Amino acid sequence: MSPIVFWIFVAIMLVFAVGVIVNRDPVASALSLVVSFLALAGLYVSLDAFFLGAIQVLVYAGAVMVLFLFIIMLLDLKAERMRKVNFAALSGGLVVILLFVKVLFDVSYGFQGGAAQFPALSQVPQGDAWHIGMALFQQYNLPLQVVGTLVLVVSIGVVILSKRELK
Amino acid sequence: MVTLNDYLIASGLLFAVGFAGVLLRRNIIIIFMALELMLNAANLSLVGFSRYNLQKGLPDYNAQVLVFFIITVAAAEVAVGLAIIVALFRARQTTHLEDLNTLKF
Repeated sequence: MSPIVFWIFVAIMLVFAVGVIVNRDPVASALSLVVSFLALAGLYVSLDAFFLGAIQVLVYAGAVMVLFLFIIMLLDLKAERMRKVNFAALSGGLVVILLFVKVLFDVSYGFQGGAAQFPALSQVPQGDAWHIGMALFQQYNLPLQVVGTLVLVVSIGVVILSKRELK
Repeated sequence: MVTLNDYLIASGLLFAVGFAGVLLRRNIIIIFMALELMLNAANLSLVGFSRYNLQKGLPDYNAQVLVFFIITVAAAEVAVGLAIIVALFRARQTTHLEDLNTLKF
């Protein structure tokens, strides 16, 4: 992938991620999150992970986002009004994040192996969905069934959480 | 030329943005969205390492299976979290964290 396209996708992803946390209207935040996740799916495709790019679009940009928008509209949240800003907490949070970014750049540029070019792939007879499916149903069969049980438990739990009468 | 370091920096910056959202925002739904951003940042670095560490000329599919599981569990987590937020809203009529201080010492 050419560097220009890569940096365009990264810029879209980061700008809309910042949009998620600076918008005061929750609906606008949720829509920014969709765009950020779509750009992330583009980055997956640039790393030859086509199956994960498709899953990212279907699960995150589709199901999870509909759930977020549904809840925001169900609760009828208005854009929150400005409250008194706690400057101590705000500046403390900003310092923590700036330190995190500094450590991130130090570690990334100290990592010599990461500066090499990505090695070339050999020609593949099957797509990557085939390989992930084989790994999932052979080597990782037990974790897959555990996750299936987890999803079942989650769906029952969500029904119970929403049905219960609150005093 | 795009290297692994570029992907790791993109992933780390996405994580930092999500972290900032958790630390700086006080609306519980926005905090939940920022948590999703952090999960996706971890996924991006996993896919980057999977492409970098080739196994017999193919990406390391163990990492991609892990990303698949993370996406599944994150979707389940969103469902439970939003159900809890709805229950909380029905009990308290607010999604603002500073109004939810019953557990505060």
